[in-house]
Amino acid sequence: MSSRDSILAKIRQNKPEEAALPAVTTFASDFENTEDKFREMLGLIYTEVIVVKDLEELAQKAEELYGKVVNRATTIPALSTWADFSLNVSDPHELETVEIAIVQAEFGVAENGAVWVSDQYLPHRVLPFITQNLAFVIPRNALVNNMHDAYVRLQDTLGWGCFIAGPSKTADIEQSLVIGAHGARSMVIFLLEGE
Amino acid sequence: MSKTVMEHADASEVFNRDEPYVNWHDETLWFVRQKRDKSSKQLPEWEELREAASGIKHYVLSHLDELLVSFEQKAKENGVQVHWAANAAEHNEIVLGLLKKHKIDKMVKSKSMLTEECHMNEFLSKNGIEVIDTDLGERIVQLRNEPPSHIVLPAIHLKKKDIGDLFHEHLGTDAGATDPQYLTEAARQHLRDKFLTRRAALTGVNFAVAETGSFVVSTNEGNADMGAHLADIHIACMGFEKIIPKQEHLGVFLRLLARSATGQPITTYSSHFKKPREGQEMHIVIVDNGRSTQLGRKDFRNSLKCIRCGACMNTCPVYRRSGGHSYHNAVAGPIGSILAPNLDMTKNADLPFASTLCGSCSNVCPVKIDIHDQLYKWRQVLAKEGHVPKSKEIGIRAMSTVLAAPRFYQWSGRLGRTVMRAMPFMVNNGLNPWYKQRDMPEPPKESFRDWYVRNRKN
Repeated sequence: MSSRDSILAKIRQNKPEEAALPAVTTFASDFENTEDKFREMLGLIYTEVIVVKDLEELAQKAEELYGKVVNRATTIPALSTWADFSLNVSDPHELETVEIAIVQAEFGVAENGAVWVSDQYLPHRVLPFITQNLAFVIPRNALVNNMHDAYVRLQDTLGWGCFIAGPSKTADIEQSLVIGAHGARSMVIFLLEGE
Repeated sequence: MSKTVMEHADASEVFNRDEPYVNWHDETLWFVRQKRDKSSKQLPEWEELREAASGIKHYVLSHLDELLVSFEQKAKENGVQVHWAANAAEHNEIVLGLLKKHKIDKMVKSKSMLTEECHMNEFLSKNGIEVIDTDLGERIVQLRNEPPSHIVLPAIHLKKKDIGDLFHEHLGTDAGATDPQYLTEAARQHLRDKFLTRRAALTGVNFAVAETGSFVVSTNEGNADMGAHLADIHIACMGFEKIIPKQEHLGVFLRLLARSATGQPITTYSSHFKKPREGQEMHIVIVDNGRSTQLGRKDFRNSLKCIRCGACMNTCPVYRRSGGHSYHNAVAGPIGSILAPNLDMTKNADLPFASTLCGSCSNVCPVKIDIHDQLYKWRQVLAKEGHVPKSKEIGIRAMSTVLAAPRFYQWSGRLGRTVMRAMPFMVNNGLNPWYKQRDMPEPPKESFRDWYVRNRKN
């Protein structure tokens, strides 16, 4: 018998009596203002939230914040003149020199400040991790209260996707928080109005 | 792993020689526990969430076979290759075989307690494969040639001076430098080079979803993603109990996991892997290694609900004052002590006794495992099967003789009180294990029984 079959056989023999799934597995969060909560939670994880009224203002802000940085990459067509680094590479290792990536993402979660990004929005999965600094752009109205709401919205995860909450961090040396472990050293979230 | 394994009590004694250090260790972990409390209290539905999580896991245990088969089928449809390993040796061989097939002799690895359980690094290293642990804490303990002392905080037993010295030796940081920011930056540079040059990446699995065939890996550092998205081959290893029925259940577990572990509302990265990227190979190794046996132990099967948050360790008065290495098992602390005897009763007979049975572990467990009850029940099993250490057995036998004879009990109580008063040196000495690290209490003048008998007459 293969290991697969012997493991399954042993499970069948040893598993407990049939139990049903619990009736309630989702809960509603009652925030006074979803965007305020999102902003508050991101403030706790060193992430700035900037509201921009249109793509023009986004380009302006991008220039203001990162204009002097070399190796600027983006997935947003309206920022193509701002960028000086093409994401049109075949090998993701070539992204190792990206300093700032401004990336379109899908939605944010107020209770923890996480933003969902996936294959649908990225030419390379490694981009939000390998870039030294990261900024997401999400529609201002694309915020949900909590993770239960997030999975209602997230019907399918496609090939790969990730909730990212703030810059990468570690506290492995005597519990001292250090921002910038392996992934991005800083994070900004642009909330884009209208459309 | 060292050849001679010290029992928990003996290893704790060594750990307790440096009092300021033990106090620091104790307080550091208690601080993490307090962060968990603060975070959990932000959610009015916290207790209902725990109940839901426990209930979902209960369903999982009773449908494990169907869920695993469904997961396998979906994963295959997604283009992921699925392997099954009955034990640690088979798991290690599968990983080695995949690396050999691709002629790879260097691999990066993010946190996986399962590979610790299987002693995979040691095995691969013997077979000419270099494994670099990429979680900062794990890299630190790997450079020190020791196992993690905590499943979430692998280097929690070390002071920054230890790490400064270690990095000076291995990474060329300045001698005497202890600034965590500086040391972390050095590790970032060192490990970035590894991420960029390794063709294989191994990760653990936090949750595997039967409905979609996808799996979730949570990190704060981003090391799992850095490894997996740059490598030609991604191997994800999971104990079979990591399975959950539906994607929507991730809502429950991701809300509980980081809050219970470190007090964060979520880890920085919660990465959902479903299909390999173009040109990449993705493998999942599903491991039993004693889990199906544990599933058959009615009193202990709930231990398989564990989501490895480490909350029971942070709260445990014994763990905090004895350190993870005293448990000589990949998973330390209360949860480790109920998992370990299933793997090897002889080797791990001491662990269920490494507890005061105070119950704090069960109170903080996000999936409501009855940890302290199981610790107590393991003691019965171990005693019955003859695994209890001789010293303990003699003590327990003497105790039961005394407790079974009321007159003898009264007499020995009186004798004990008199001795403690008249000749304190008889108990305040190194031969009395209760005297270690503490003073004996003032003996009461009389027992409750004596007091009661006297006062009732009035």
